[in-house]
Amino acid sequence: MIKAFMESFKIAVTSLLSNKIQSLLTMLGIIIGVASVILIISIGAGAQSLILSEIKSLGTNLIAILPGHSEEGSFSPTNSFGVTTLKYEDALALTDNRDIPNIEAVTAYSKGFGVVEWKSETYNTTLTGTTASHLDVMGGDLEEGHFFNSEEEKRFIRIAVLGSAVRKELFGYSDAIGQKIKINDYVFEVIGVMKERGNVILEDYDDQIFIPLRTAQRILGVNYVGLIRVKVTSEEDIYQVEENIKTILREQHDIKNRKGENDDFMVQNIAKALDMITEITNSLRYFLAIMAGLSLVVGGIGIMNIMLISVTERTREIGLRKAVGAKSLHVLGQFLMEAIFVTVIGGVTGIILGIILSILIATGAHLLGYDWDFIISLNSIFLALGVSAGVGLFFGFYPAVKASKLDPITALRYE
Amino acid sequence: MSLIEVKNLKRTFGEEVKTYALKNATFNIDEGEFVAIMGPSGSGKSTLMHILGLLDRASGGDFKFNNKKVSNLDDNELATLRNEQIGFVFQSFNLLQRTTVLDNVTLPLTYSKNNFHAKQRAEEVLKKVGLGHRLHHYTNQISGGEKQRVAIARALVNNASVILADEPTGNLDSKSGAQIMEILQKLNDDGNTIILVTHETYTAECAKRIIKMKDGEIISDKKLSNQRRAHNNDTIK
Repeated sequence: MIKAFMESFKIAVTSLLSNKIQSLLTMLGIIIGVASVILIISIGAGAQSLILSEIKSLGTNLIAILPGHSEEGSFSPTNSFGVTTLKYEDALALTDNRDIPNIEAVTAYSKGFGVVEWKSETYNTTLTGTTASHLDVMGGDLEEGHFFNSEEEKRFIRIAVLGSAVRKELFGYSDAIGQKIKINDYVFEVIGVMKERGNVILEDYDDQIFIPLRTAQRILGVNYVGLIRVKVTSEEDIYQVEENIKTILREQHDIKNRKGENDDFMVQNIAKALDMITEITNSLRYFLAIMAGLSLVVGGIGIMNIMLISVTERTREIGLRKAVGAKSLHVLGQFLMEAIFVTVIGGVTGIILGIILSILIATGAHLLGYDWDFIISLNSIFLALGVSAGVGLFFGFYPAVKASKLDPITALRYE
Repeated sequence: MSLIEVKNLKRTFGEEVKTYALKNATFNIDEGEFVAIMGPSGSGKSTLMHILGLLDRASGGDFKFNNKKVSNLDDNELATLRNEQIGFVFQSFNLLQRTTVLDNVTLPLTYSKNNFHAKQRAEEVLKKVGLGHRLHHYTNQISGGEKQRVAIARALVNNASVILADEPTGNLDSKSGAQIMEILQKLNDDGNTIILVTHETYTAECAKRIIKMKDGEIISDKKLSNQRRAHNNDTIK
């Protein structure tokens, strides 16, 4: 049995080597398919870890409160759109509330569109109204000047802290601190510039202007906030604090239903968000991997096609083999072995190609400044190998059976 | 006991309208014989040869090979018998392309249980047919006559009981053809049983016995008193 297997293997290798170009072309479909599966799984894992690590870098002890209602267990940021139920007073009610221990800091946001002018320069950016505790919750360092404190925040004075990109656009190399700028036609004084920070949770912190919340609400003409963020002293307390927040906000909003059915706000923590994002990116990854896997099926059909041609081309060879004593099983084994051999060699080449491309992409992403992990899982390699061998077996079977059933006489006579 | 015993052998084609390619063939072939089966095309000689070579099955009659009733054997048993007992030489050589002479000759051994020392045995038979210097040439690098000699070596490598040669000189010039016939005669001198299918009188007369066929029937079966010896001065270098 093992000897017969070795013989089929030897015959398959010999006949593949004697048809190099054809074998290579047959392999190409599998090579591309396997390489793209490996590449996509790797890119998916890299992108996922990039997003997750970015979120984690904020700390997993943050709670976000958004306006709007969501069903229990689900969370949908789109439900917040146009909802005005969340107020600055809600944030105040949570700040220093003796009923909720373990809260470290609370901040709130009202965002809008800002047209900033200085001398002849004009720049469009995001106007972020927030509280002095913004830095306590979200972190961030100042390049120069200072962030507004709670005193300044409450006095409605028009002061602004610039993101590094805004500062660059407006002032270039000139001094920014103490300059008067116009934001949506109101004059503001620049009191600070933030250090470059990049994207945090898909939000560009460099391309923003921070002004006191109350001032922002006046300029934007709104009386609500879009987001309240709470920082909890330690991660373990997060679910307890969430429950307490819900209780307080229900009191604030005069909601009698304690089960949350009438809530006009949504409470979300980073850990939950991480789970959600992992879930979304996972399904995206698998979807893409399946799409790439489909190309393997296409490759398999290519193999079947070329093998059918090969069976016809080699009819006389098959006839001869049978005449000199090959049994149907030998011929079947030879052709199956050839198909599997082609796909496995193609699979291995594809894996190597996929890994090389993944490394190139990881290197490229590093050069662009992303903290991109190069991830190749053993699973994806075994999967690719197994699938390609399976493709060979599946798509090679029909041509091999056809070959094995050839009648030696007709095969020998075939011109 | 003869090597091949054939009695009332029939072969028909078609289901409703039966065409007889072979009718009531009866003869024996003993070990060591050199038999030529002669006849024009369509006479049924190829059909007979395919049945004798265990490539095809008869539609009726008896066929015993080495005292074994062939009709009782299944396809795999036939394949094993072909592998161990029969050596084929075809008109169009049927060598594997892009493969060396040596590997072509070892081919039957890859399907055999006793494939020990396959290379050495292949080398031996290749030397026997005068191709000791061509072992590692590819089949597209050698002449037609040499190709047919490779085919003969392939037929010999398993120590077959009988060599079936189907128009072995048909694709060759007369000089190479004579060489092939001389080799076959030498093999017969050494005790090999040879069945030759041909339509050429010259080639047939190299055998010791001629079975003539016409329209699927044997019309004569004669032993030759004076066998023609194939000669060519530069046959084997």
